Amino acid sequence: MASILVFGESAPGGGPAAITAELLGAATRLNAALGGGGAACALIGAGLDAVARAAVAAGADTVYTAQDAALAQYGADAYLPVAAAIVEQAGPAVVLFGQTSMGRDLAPRLATRLGSAVAMDALALEAGDGRVRVTRSCYGGNARQVVTVESDPQVVTVRAKSQDPLPEDAGRAGEIVPVAAAPGDARARLLEKETADSAGVRLEDAGIVVSGGRGLGAPEAFADLERIAADLGAAVGASRAACDLGWYPPSQQVGLTGTVVSPELYVAIAISGASQHMAGCGGSKNIVAINKDPDANIFRYSRFGIVDDYKKVLPQLEAELKRLLADA
Amino acid sequence: MDAIVCVKQIPDPETPAAAFSVDEAAMRVVEAPGVSPVINPFDQQAVEAALQLREADGGAGTISVLSLGPDSARDAIKTGLAMGADEGYQLNAPAFEGGDAWTTALALAKAIEKIGLPDVLIFGRQAADLDQGTVGSIVAELLGLPSVTVLRSVQLAGGEIRVSRVVADGFESISVPTPAALTISNEFGDPRYPQLRQIMQAARKQVTMWTPADIGLDPGEVGAAGARVKMHALFQPRNETECEFIEADTAEEKAGLLAARLREAKLV
Repeated sequence: MASILVFGESAPGGGPAAITAELLGAATRLNAALGGGGAACALIGAGLDAVARAAVAAGADTVYTAQDAALAQYGADAYLPVAAAIVEQAGPAVVLFGQTSMGRDLAPRLATRLGSAVAMDALALEAGDGRVRVTRSCYGGNARQVVTVESDPQVVTVRAKSQDPLPEDAGRAGEIVPVAAAPGDARARLLEKETADSAGVRLEDAGIVVSGGRGLGAPEAFADLERIAADLGAAVGASRAACDLGWYPPSQQVGLTGTVVSPELYVAIAISGASQHMAGCGGSKNIVAINKDPDANIFRYSRFGIVDDYKKVLPQLEAELKRLLADA
Repeated sequence: MDAIVCVKQIPDPETPAAAFSVDEAAMRVVEAPGVSPVINPFDQQAVEAALQLREADGGAGTISVLSLGPDSARDAIKTGLAMGADEGYQLNAPAFEGGDAWTTALALAKAIEKIGLPDVLIFGRQAADLDQGTVGSIVAELLGLPSVTVLRSVQLAGGEIRVSRVVADGFESISVPTPAALTISNEFGDPRYPQLRQIMQAARKQVTMWTPADIGLDPGEVGAAGARVKMHALFQPRNETECEFIEADTAEEKAGLLAARLREAKLV
């Protein structure tokens, strides 16, 4: 019986998603305090053999794989009975998901089906007395609460980038166990997937993110951000306010209801820094803000700040960065 | 097209960060002076989604608004009624207090069965206070319904509901038969503003009040007594960053100084 079962995911382009290794890192650290039964990984989908081996290298003692053409794309109807069967077979005290499109959707239904409950979007996990104390963000990032799930198994979803993965070890031993569980009937049917084409660097993987907010005043300004981002090898993000106005695609939204990023450098241009935005970028190593409001909340989180009209700052900043990068 | 929309009243999420405070001992948010609680914005969009589906279906059918909460939560139900919903139901009793997502969903599911299962259940993607986003999925699981979450659009198509689900790398177009449970995301767009006449009509409408016994639950199954998630602390995170403001006479000079500082710090 594993102590902790992690629901891993594949990356859109194949291979393991970063969240899988992050969850396995957390599971390994929690394991001893939860009985030492080991960390297991559940993988549901199709064509998972390489992802399963990567999960072993990332810390899984056992990997349960359920592979079926009907499971190639996530859907709650198809996945639920399979996920429940894997939990039953693994018998964990704790079940971890990423706070991802799948985790948000599947974890609450699975917890309910298992007769238990879920704590969502953990920032920190700590074991004590056989239970996991979950620190999570609430009130749009303005507050934190510490909770425990008092029913079993304890289901928790974990925010991306909040947990360190273990160093990858290709020589690690682990068992891969195929699970034969029939996918559920898909009542909700996926007709079509429209993949947002984010030109250039993927937001969640970027070392530098250049983001714009409502203070840009017009959608055309994102073209300026895209040029600077291209020079820096950065991804372009946007605040929820800018996305809700239709200025930039929702897939590029940084925040509580969008993507969580934690780059080395986050450049916030004309973003006020509402708590719900900070929930998406607060983990950045360095934040730089350009905003004409000296009292903007974003400056409270920033290492460097410029109080001025971004329209006057950006052309010179772009030119100076170009010059510095050319010298490098 | 019959619909039930589940709504929650919450502290106004637009409360400025400086006015937000927590009573750590009581593990509660202190109501900011002059800031009234509001209907959860995602739930208001859920009411809008229900109204649009009914309009697309020819306008027939009943839209009910259901909320679990104290006396003041009636205002959230009234907001839905003023927008155009027909019936209001409130689960209100001391025994409901101190619950979690599980006890809330259980009570809502029982109330939905008592009202009568509609064609569609609609929720906001999450309440903007606890930010969990689980109640819609738990209700769907309890009632054995398909659920599709985090939606930016809902339409009628071929006797089913066609939705666009927001996922990390784009959108999924999904068709789901009724009855189904849906959760609405901020990408859905602005809800309608009620006219003064509608607000006055809604104010006169009766809201049906139910206790645990009315929906077939024991007091031990609801509120704090039935909760499966226990809170140990509520606090405001501290932020230690000291911002170095780049000072110069002109914006252009500031830009040049910033670029140089970024290079010194090896950030670019």
